[in-house]
Amino acid sequence: MTLAMAGISKSFLGVGVLHDVDLDVRAGEVHALVGENGAGKSTLLKVLSGVHQPDAGTIAIDGEERTFANPRHAQDAGVAIIHQEFTLLPERTVAQNVFLGREPVRRGLVDTVAMEHATAALLAEIGETGFGPDAVVRRLSVAQQQVVEIVKALATDARIVAMDEPTAALAEHEVALLTDLVRRLTARGIAVLYVSHRMPEIFALADRITVLKDGARVTTLTAAELEPPTLVRLMVGRPLSAYYPPRATEFGDVRLEVRGGTAPAISGIDLTVRAGEVVGVAGLQGAGRTELLRAIFGADPFTAGDVLLDGRPVRLSSPRRAIAAGVAMVTEDRKAEGLALAQSVRENALLVLHAVFRRRARVGAARTRDLLATVGLRSAGEDQEVRFLSGGNQQKVVLAKWLAADPRVLLLDEPTRGIDVGAKAAVHELVREQAEAGMAVLMVCSELPELIGMSDRICVLHEGRLAGELPAGASEEDVMALATGHGVPHVEVPR
Amino acid sequence: MRTLRDRVGAAAPVFGVLLLLLVAIAVVNPNFLEPASLLAYLKRAAPLAILAVGQYFVIVSGEFDLSVGSLVTVQVVVAARLIDGDESATVPVIVLLIGLGLLVGLVNGLITTRLHVPSFVTTLGMLLVLSGAVFLWTGGAPRGSLSESFREPGRQGIDIPGFGQVPWSALILIAVAAGAAVLMRSAWGHTLVATGDNDRAAALAGVPVERVRTTAFVLSALAATVAAILLGGFAGVSAQVGEGLEFSAITAVVLGGVVLGGGRGSVLAALAGALVLEALFTLLNLLGVSGALESTVQGVIIIAAVAYAARRAGRRRRPPAVPEPSPQPA
Ligand SMILES: Nc1ncnc2c1ncn2[C@@H]1O[C@H](COP(=O)(O)OP(=O)(O)OP(=O)(O)O)[C@@H](O)[C@H]1O
Ligand SMILES: [Mg+2]
Repeated sequence: MTLAMAGISKSFLGVGVLHDVDLDVRAGEVHALVGENGAGKSTLLKVLSGVHQPDAGTIAIDGEERTFANPRHAQDAGVAIIHQEFTLLPERTVAQNVFLGREPVRRGLVDTVAMEHATAALLAEIGETGFGPDAVVRRLSVAQQQVVEIVKALATDARIVAMDEPTAALAEHEVALLTDLVRRLTARGIAVLYVSHRMPEIFALADRITVLKDGARVTTLTAAELEPPTLVRLMVGRPLSAYYPPRATEFGDVRLEVRGGTAPAISGIDLTVRAGEVVGVAGLQGAGRTELLRAIFGADPFTAGDVLLDGRPVRLSSPRRAIAAGVAMVTEDRKAEGLALAQSVRENALLVLHAVFRRRARVGAARTRDLLATVGLRSAGEDQEVRFLSGGNQQKVVLAKWLAADPRVLLLDEPTRGIDVGAKAAVHELVREQAEAGMAVLMVCSELPELIGMSDRICVLHEGRLAGELPAGASEEDVMALATGHGVPHVEVPR
Repeated sequence: MRTLRDRVGAAAPVFGVLLLLLVAIAVVNPNFLEPASLLAYLKRAAPLAILAVGQYFVIVSGEFDLSVGSLVTVQVVVAARLIDGDESATVPVIVLLIGLGLLVGLVNGLITTRLHVPSFVTTLGMLLVLSGAVFLWTGGAPRGSLSESFREPGRQGIDIPGFGQVPWSALILIAVAAGAAVLMRSAWGHTLVATGDNDRAAALAGVPVERVRTTAFVLSALAATVAAILLGGFAGVSAQVGEGLEFSAITAVVLGGVVLGGGRGSVLAALAGALVLEALFTLLNLLGVSGALESTVQGVIIIAAVAYAARRAGRRRRPPAVPEPSPQPA
């Protein structure tokens, strides 16, 4: 089945988001859709799947023109979309989610057995053995939930599958599973439209690549014709250095020290971060990286162990205390924990100041404006509600909110998730700048090259314990060896 | 660059409706436009409007306060019994009422935030506790009487040149409105709305979520205290004086475009919602519709207003099948 979208335009409240976009996807092909945050990728996918109706343009499937007044129409026509935000019901089983709204019925009742059989068959077909049809979605890892989304698409007999940043929340090894799965889809003749900000997987998967900029199509090329730097230039409009900002050459005193940090998922963590230093925290999913950061931040405090700030012991028993003591934390899940979605960009960016540093709120307004400009926020203005921003732009608001507090210690949990290459570089530079000004940075990032590129030192966690520390520029193999528990045992670094 | 439209935002319809109703009343009864009868209208509306302001704080933080009606009754009945016509007791009793209001608000807030009891249940329980206590204490018929000075704010006024006699109620209402508007522009106001929008994100940003919500309950109870003082003077002492006021207040807030569940809406719009409700009752009264229909009208209005809000939101985000009465932190 082939899909052809032609001349698609869409605006919201008079603001043009898509302008005359053409895009076609062939059976068995992966067509990657790339572009900066707010370029209109998600909007185009929503038009394709009947969530939004285009102001102009046509959608044709196998040459036949179709209009989708709602997602159900698109589904019936064989189009499935995996949205940037999860749409699964957490308290229900995999099978219930897969057949949501289309449950097989027998004698007036939902036929649970048939539903689970069908789901099991689909799971087997794509080679998923990690969980069964009766697993409750809430208990699955993010990657497994992503698989459920895909199975859900397959269950509708979709012939065209559109995926919006399916790997944004995945760890490195999970990305590999997903890309395998995508290849299996195309082998079955399914046409895949794939949105991502991650260069390696784009080049690994895509047959053709379309670049979107400011809502208009820049070009469509075969992946073979393109090199990553060229693609970046097409997206951002200027060449971008492939290098990370230079590391610091000297550090100040120890700003943050954790001694014997223990919490439900971590135990006996010893760790120091100096002023000016960016320390990376590596580890597999479930190794306790987020837990470590949350414990330092007081969100789920340590049950044992000490935290010292600038050499003085502190009790950070709540985020409020931690913030007042000069600690900031960019959390992993921006929708659930980072943003008040119905509030404006300004309200969100100033929230920490309003909550903890009331006196600085007035001066803070100008500072946050600068920060938002630095990270390249694209919005209709500071009064726009953040729920209308694109995913990457929402992340930029979260970053600005924390930097506005001028913390001494900055904890970053997947800070660049979902943001485009240009903005990523800007964030990296911003973090370095802050470090140079004396901040201590502790960063979790599932993209290893990025973690290695940014870190002056890398602490690797394995099953809640510190498996070892690696110097700047360590290889991915070294990090993975420690992360999987095969590395050299941790040697106490004398203080 | 904020246009007026942006500022008023979702609240705009309520001001339009208010204007329309006032015009309608004036058409039926041209005398209504005279300062004296406008002021009398404000005086009638003041207790409900003040309750709506208090209720707004609670609702925008993502909670409900169902206890305000019976709190009003308790305050009036307690005042009548303790004062019992004794002028010199007025001030100490008012101080006591404020203390009682603080206590009720604090208990509501602490039970909701510390024990994680949904506020719907907490304040419903408080409603029952308070009305039971009143019944026990009065045996059904309140005793005692209020002093003249206690009744003054609710029924008297002050001569202001150019306006004639301006009721104290109207002046108190204006003061409450101004105070609330300033409060909502303060840092605290910003944290209150953020709490109602996403309490997890707010807590992680350093907002003392439990304290902020508790304060909202205290403000609501204090508003009920002020309303009780006005109603005591205006309507007199009875064991039914506060009956149903919690629902009127919630209806008013919803009419003002404030979203149940929290995070959206302005306090002045909530206040305007109360004025709309009072204007509607005035109009129905003028048209000779039975006062007994008041609660029916309110019921229809609250459902219609929430449905309207859901429709507007539904363009982008499907409303939940069951509106959550009180989202609780996990
Ligand atoms: N419902 C809406 N109302 C108003 N504006 C919207 C709406 N949906 C999207 N927009 C705007 O449309 C633009 C494109 O958004 P879209 O989500 O398509 O970007 P994107 O390319 O997917 O970005 P990202 O990489 O950050 O996910 C953004 O500026 C966004 O603010
Ligand atoms: Mg997007």
